[in-house]
Amino acid sequence: MLTRRNAVNVLMGIELILNSANLNLVAFSRYGTGNLQGQLFAVFVVVIAAAEVAVALAIVLTLYRLRRTPNLDEADFLRG
Amino acid sequence: MSAEAAVFYVFAVITVGAAAVVVLARSLIYSAFALLFAFFGVAGLYVLLGADFLAATQLLIYVGGILVLLLFGVMLTHKLYDLDLKSEVTQFLPASIICVGLFILLAWPIEISFSLPGLGNVRILGALWQTSWATGPGRPAGPTTEEIGRLFMSTYLLPFEAASVLLLVALMGAAMIVRRRKDA
Repeated sequence: MLTRRNAVNVLMGIELILNSANLNLVAFSRYGTGNLQGQLFAVFVVVIAAAEVAVALAIVLTLYRLRRTPNLDEADFLRG
Repeated sequence: MSAEAAVFYVFAVITVGAAAVVVLARSLIYSAFALLFAFFGVAGLYVLLGADFLAATQLLIYVGGILVLLLFGVMLTHKLYDLDLKSEVTQFLPASIICVGLFILLAWPIEISFSLPGLGNVRILGALWQTSWATGPGRPAGPTTEEIGRLFMSTYLLPFEAASVLLLVALMGAAMIVRRRKDA
């Protein structure tokens, strides 16, 4: 995710990270405490990940419309 | 090796292998389909951990929603032959430094302890091996849907409502960002 140029690839990496954090939460919920707080937190993380992917893809699509490329290197509008 | 351990290893290998393919694959389509397998592996691990509602939610939302959305993004941005690790030599080095550093911090298995003159006793060991994990039978497995539903409606009502507002805002925001402006 740190090296990829394509924006959708970066998004996939972000989803993997969120999934791994979720797995950690659920494992702690089972073995550490006995309640379901970890699982509840994981459900919220899934919801937030869905919202984030929607907005991020909207941004990527607008970027593609402006620059005709999905590469993140060429998204240097704000560079002086 | 018990049956539970064997199933765990199968799902763990599926998940980690698919994640490796997502990160290292040449083409974007390979990454997307490997992400599908990674989500399935994680859902299987959730079931092993006794989180059945979460496994079903994960499959529905991640595979049925997010993956489809990502595939749309891949198809609409149209550069299917994107490969990166060879053409980004200048950024490969900082990224690999970060990854190796993180690995040493978290998972370094061999303990190295020495004493520096200025700092005293220095011990290098990954954080994974230093913490005392709570091993044991854990929470007994059982259906969790009813309890999660009850928790959502009683103790965690506020985050639940906030999450729905967040989803509404994200939906409207995404639609607004993508709409075509009618400026001539």
